[in-house]
Amino acid sequence: MVGDGLTISREEEEEEEERSLAPLPSSGRHHRRKSSASAASRDGFPNPAHVRHLSRTETERLASSQRELADSNSRIVFIGDPGGSDPRFEIPRNSIRTAKYSPITFLPRNLFEQFRRLSYIYFLAIVILNQLPQLAVFGRGASALPLAFVLLVTAVKDAYEDWRRHRSDRIENNRAASVLDPQSGRFLSKRWKEARVGEVLKVLANESIPCDMVLLATSDPTGVAYIQTINLDGESNLKTRYAKQETMARPPGEDHPVDSAGVIRCEQPNRNIYGFLGNMEVDGKRVSLGPANIILRGCELKNTAWVIGVAVYTGSETKVMLNSSGAPSKRSRLETRMNRETLLLSAILIALCSVVAICNGIWLGNHSDDLELAQFFRKRDYSDGDDKKYNYSGIGTQVFFAFLMSVIVFQIMIPISLYISMELVRLGQAYFMVRDANLYDESSNSRFQCRALNINEDLGQIKYVFSDKTGTLTENKMEFQCASIRGVDYSGGRVSSRDNGEAHYILAAGKHILKPKMSVKTDPELVRLLKNKGDTEQGKRAREFFLALACCNTIVPLVVDTSDPKQKLIDYQGESPDEQALAYAAASYGFVLIERTSGHIIIDILGNRQRYDVLGLHEFDSDRKRMSVIVCGPDKTINLFVKGADNSMFGIIQNKVDLSMIDATKANLHAYSSLGLRTLVVGMRELSRKEFEEWQSAYENANTSLMGRGKLLRAVASNVERELHILGASGIEDKLQEGVPEAIESMRQAGIKVWVLTGDKQETAISIGFSCKLLTEAMTQIVINCNSEESCRNKLQDAVAMYRKFAVISPDPFENALTGTGSTKVSMALIIDGISLVYILKTKLEEELFKVATACDVVLCCRVAPLQKAGIVSLIKSRTEDMTLAIGDGANDVSMIQTADVGIGISGQEGRQAVMASDFAMGQFRFLVPLLLVHGHWNYQRMAYMILYNFYRNAVFVFILFWYVLYTAYTLTTAITEWSTVLYSIVYTALPTIVVGVLDKDLSRKTLMKYPQLYRSGQRDERYNLKLFTLTMMDAVWQSVATFYIPYLAYRQSTVDGSSLGDLWILAVVILVNIHLATDVFRWYWITHVAVWGCIVATLICVIIIDCIWTLPGYWAIFKIMGTGLFWLCLLGVIVAGMLPHFSVKALKEYLMPSDIQIAREMDKFRRMNAATMEIQMNRFSTLQL
Amino acid sequence: MNVPTADPALEADAAVERKKKSKKPKYSRFTQQELPACKPLLTPTIVISTFALIGILFIPIGLASLSASENVVEIVYRYDTECIPQQSQDDKVAFIQSSATDKTCRTTLTVPKNMKAPVHIYYELYNFYQNHRRYVKNRNDKQLRSKEYELETTNCAPEATTVDGSPIVPCGLIAWSLFNDTYSFAIQNKAIEVNKKNIAWQSDKDEKFGSDVYPKNFQQGGLIGGAKLNESIPLSEQEDLIVWMRTAALPQFRKLYGRIETDLVANEQISVTIQNNYNTYSFEGEKKLVLSTTSWIGGKNDFLGVAYLTVGSLCLFLALAFIVLYLLKPRTLGDPSYLSWNRNPDRH
Repeated sequence: MVGDGLTISREEEEEEEERSLAPLPSSGRHHRRKSSASAASRDGFPNPAHVRHLSRTETERLASSQRELADSNSRIVFIGDPGGSDPRFEIPRNSIRTAKYSPITFLPRNLFEQFRRLSYIYFLAIVILNQLPQLAVFGRGASALPLAFVLLVTAVKDAYEDWRRHRSDRIENNRAASVLDPQSGRFLSKRWKEARVGEVLKVLANESIPCDMVLLATSDPTGVAYIQTINLDGESNLKTRYAKQETMARPPGEDHPVDSAGVIRCEQPNRNIYGFLGNMEVDGKRVSLGPANIILRGCELKNTAWVIGVAVYTGSETKVMLNSSGAPSKRSRLETRMNRETLLLSAILIALCSVVAICNGIWLGNHSDDLELAQFFRKRDYSDGDDKKYNYSGIGTQVFFAFLMSVIVFQIMIPISLYISMELVRLGQAYFMVRDANLYDESSNSRFQCRALNINEDLGQIKYVFSDKTGTLTENKMEFQCASIRGVDYSGGRVSSRDNGEAHYILAAGKHILKPKMSVKTDPELVRLLKNKGDTEQGKRAREFFLALACCNTIVPLVVDTSDPKQKLIDYQGESPDEQALAYAAASYGFVLIERTSGHIIIDILGNRQRYDVLGLHEFDSDRKRMSVIVCGPDKTINLFVKGADNSMFGIIQNKVDLSMIDATKANLHAYSSLGLRTLVVGMRELSRKEFEEWQSAYENANTSLMGRGKLLRAVASNVERELHILGASGIEDKLQEGVPEAIESMRQAGIKVWVLTGDKQETAISIGFSCKLLTEAMTQIVINCNSEESCRNKLQDAVAMYRKFAVISPDPFENALTGTGSTKVSMALIIDGISLVYILKTKLEEELFKVATACDVVLCCRVAPLQKAGIVSLIKSRTEDMTLAIGDGANDVSMIQTADVGIGISGQEGRQAVMASDFAMGQFRFLVPLLLVHGHWNYQRMAYMILYNFYRNAVFVFILFWYVLYTAYTLTTAITEWSTVLYSIVYTALPTIVVGVLDKDLSRKTLMKYPQLYRSGQRDERYNLKLFTLTMMDAVWQSVATFYIPYLAYRQSTVDGSSLGDLWILAVVILVNIHLATDVFRWYWITHVAVWGCIVATLICVIIIDCIWTLPGYWAIFKIMGTGLFWLCLLGVIVAGMLPHFSVKALKEYLMPSDIQIAREMDKFRRMNAATMEIQMNRFSTLQL
Repeated sequence: MNVPTADPALEADAAVERKKKSKKPKYSRFTQQELPACKPLLTPTIVISTFALIGILFIPIGLASLSASENVVEIVYRYDTECIPQQSQDDKVAFIQSSATDKTCRTTLTVPKNMKAPVHIYYELYNFYQNHRRYVKNRNDKQLRSKEYELETTNCAPEATTVDGSPIVPCGLIAWSLFNDTYSFAIQNKAIEVNKKNIAWQSDKDEKFGSDVYPKNFQQGGLIGGAKLNESIPLSEQEDLIVWMRTAALPQFRKLYGRIETDLVANEQISVTIQNNYNTYSFEGEKKLVLSTTSWIGGKNDFLGVAYLTVGSLCLFLALAFIVLYLLKPRTLGDPSYLSWNRNPDRH
């Protein structure tokens, strides 16, 4: 199975068709590459499941190759004739538009988008209600202010973002492209946005490709072009694309006017960037086109002087544009919970309004006789002598009006400012996460990215982490570790010191020094052997081994300049990381591949530059599981070099060789794979002239045949790859990322279950599981790899039985294993493969699997397809309340990332697809620990408190208004001025909660990292739950009672006027809620002080300003009332009486029932003191010693 | 380990490159959330001293305000029923509405204790909703302030204009319902002078009520709400109106009527003559006459003193309770053995 991953790039012809059938567009390829690449390790066990899997894909492949492009469903492009393109479909030009709005549509569209939030509709309805004269509680301006403010802030933000999009669109659309002018046959410069389907374009080296085009010709005589797709999928290595020989011959241009140009039929535009299906008619010949023949917008042309192509998809129909949809918007758990409480608050609101309305009706009924004359009511209008009623239309209507008016007055029970505060707080939190130096990845120079701005707080409640393996747990950087040559193991490099044999890979090339970009530590013995000029048999074999590694690949060496003009670097570009690792290894041992053209390669062998003609290359395919090249060396010998998976290689060796060497090699291979290395076997055979000639004619026949070329080539390869001498084997390490075992251990302690979902084989998965400490020897492994539903059911039932058995021993095996303290701990690991999942997911067995999986500490899923990954995530998501997080780096993880509550993309080796689909992106798996344990914890804690506080804050205020209404004959008068009512939640009390929401930390980073268990408070919803909400609301009611009734009783039967008392109330409530916040703040920064105390001062200033406006009834009231002692006594009394229950309960609870967080806070505070005293003692000790 | 190392020269290059465009976040205490901070904890000391401090602070304040309230001498006399002649008790509204009846009402009040000047005279209304929504907005501050806005009568209906459409100044229900009972006092048939100057806020006189605004068409409608105004005196000097128009917060309120600038001696008999004009009978209102001295805490009100004493003693009690709690159930703060995962190893 070795070597699966070597040359995938070359199997495009047939494979791409399969890919285009992949369930998720664009995901198939990555999965394939990864699964096959990772298959190249630790094998030797037959795996029936795997075989089945392959044969199934085989049938799919057959089916897909029979697929025909239906004429009705295809796009017809006339090369060089943009006008003649298919008239059935309207084809856009090449201009793109990512901006959402235009200046004219901005206002309506933006408003429409904003009002999709239900709560805004509510606030709008209230503003509208308030405009009715009968109901006008507030001034018209005042009532619209909060909503207008919120809408404005959002609109400004949207406008700015859209302006930036407009700007980048404009730049993009106005770039220059050279387009063939059919009349003159010359390439003229045009703007990108004017390019049309059917036009012939020319792209020069290092230029971006303006639209999706089919290659017609390239500067390379064989029709090869190299492109870099970094903007498309983030892969930085070069990919090869081919122009068809039929069009290569006469590229359109000056020499070949396009009058006889051909017709292309291709698929309608779709978003599969790895698939393309079409054919081209040139000179009556029909040529089929695949993904290897098109170059896509967004890519860059590299290493190729020019290409000429015909545009097939333009503008918004290009694959990159079709793929540019953003990540789906998610809503955080806390926000969902919050909506539940919002409903509760609405119920309270309605209750309050009903009370007011009913009391109003009763009052009117009781006083119906009195009100004719009561001076303050004046039911009757006598002004023009008639006996008509003034502003009164019966009790029923009055009650109805009273209800609506009370809704208007009490509207802030639903806090509008909370929505905007939450956005701001999340912005602040995101700022700190992005700026966190601990989340910065040095190696890829990438910061943390917050792509979704509304689920920050979910990071604090994660219970399940679904992780991809390759590229996520491992670096996906293959490293050559061991070589076994003729059965002799050379693993010295693994243990040797860092400095040895540096001289090998520095070579003079004219004035320059060339170096491979990466080097491997070498085994000194092997180096010595190679230096001994290959006198011995062993030395000869070693040289051949490395020669094979250097030439049996598809690596393209690129010479890169460095800052030192005398030095140049060789960068090996290839699609398989294994091949790169082998080529670098060969280079380190002095076999440096310097140049590759289509016909030959140049290898520097220990200082001698030698040219090898590449006569033939048999690409990798999944049947043979090997690749081979036939080269003609400088000594004119023709050699066949083969490398491949061990089981495929041992079948084709020469029988005569000594068996002990084979056995030794096999033993070495087994040793390597048990170390978790990926193994490959290398062999060679010298071809005789005759053999070569036979092969050559067969190869050329196969290559030129039009039908079943792939099959013929495979047959030719199998024919020549026989009777090999085994040169040796290599061991490549798929290195674990830094800190992965520690990170997994931390998460395990934090109560987070880590599931690994990988495309790898079971053995590889298990070995990686051990090396990253996910699995331990003490665990009971439950392995499920079945081929039928029946056996799956049996296995699952066994597993359930086992789980029950353990459950008897310890009631909660899950908790038990997590804490790792119980002596009776029985931990189980479930290992399940993709085939079994096919039988389990979406059937009745799902429930059983769920039971078993949740009982196990560790779940490893191997050989899973991308959609199965998503299926497993939704298995958990649909059955539990627990939060899920998916982390991955490849396109095959996209579906999983989008399904999970939180999706994290690793911005690493593989493409950017995962990052594009993710909510957060970061450079390393281990960052997950600070992200969840520190930032997640903080974010959750902050946001939870902020929501509760906002509810409380507004409820206190509403209740104060309500109590007052009870003393106004239920007529919704407010003593507090309408301006203060409006400003209360958006100015008087808004800033401190935002500052606290952004900055407050309950625990230090150090403590949170040291005690991962603290993370569980988030999983248990400790900071936001119905109980806390109820308690907070009760507190709010008490505080409103204190705030209202202390001044009420103190000022009853006094001369006080409404405005003065209103001022007292508003000041009292603002100070009270700010003090309430102050008692809950964990850490006081200077900013917090400024915000909290500043807000109180700001409120006072606002109240003073309002009372300096003579048109308002409260003119000068604040000065009058502040001049009295009673005012200050009331204020003090309100604050103390209001805070008393909150403070006492808090003190009591923190002392008697301390939460983990509380204990840790105390430790945080006192440990530092302890550490300080320790230090003093230590110092004393050391001075004594001196 | 056989780690492939990047070439040292390359590393140097990379370092240069990194310096040029490294995205590494710049370190600052702010961005790393490491600003110096104070971390208050509710330690036993803090809790106990907070409660004790509040207790120690509140009890004296409570005592002081109680004594201040004690020292206030207050005479309250409810006259709305008593000032209706016996024969009209059944139909008080008719009595008060009639222009023919004599509404003079005499009574004698005894001064309970010495009352130092100034003695404030208040009228107190009960069940009169000056904060009723229909009422409280029924005024026009522009019109009150300046002559040029004389025609401005928005919000004033139904007392905005006369039948022929000319504006009422001051318009609106509040002004219309101006209180019109009057009081005069005498001790041993010697009239006591009631100072009615400066009973309104100076700020109201200066800014809210214009000195060039004279009453017009006031109280001319079909229904008389209350007092009439002297049309030759500008609004800024109509202090009764200004006091009345500063609408009360609660349905039971007092309004300053005037001051007696002489001391009243204990057991002195004050004969009061009340012109009982104002109709509170139609809505079960009450009218009281109040003579009161003042203190730093305002009028007579024990509530605040009692409240402070209650809160203060509660805090002292809580301080004691917490002391007992801390003694009975000592807990070392920050002891890791209290952490949930350490507390119950068997269970977990």
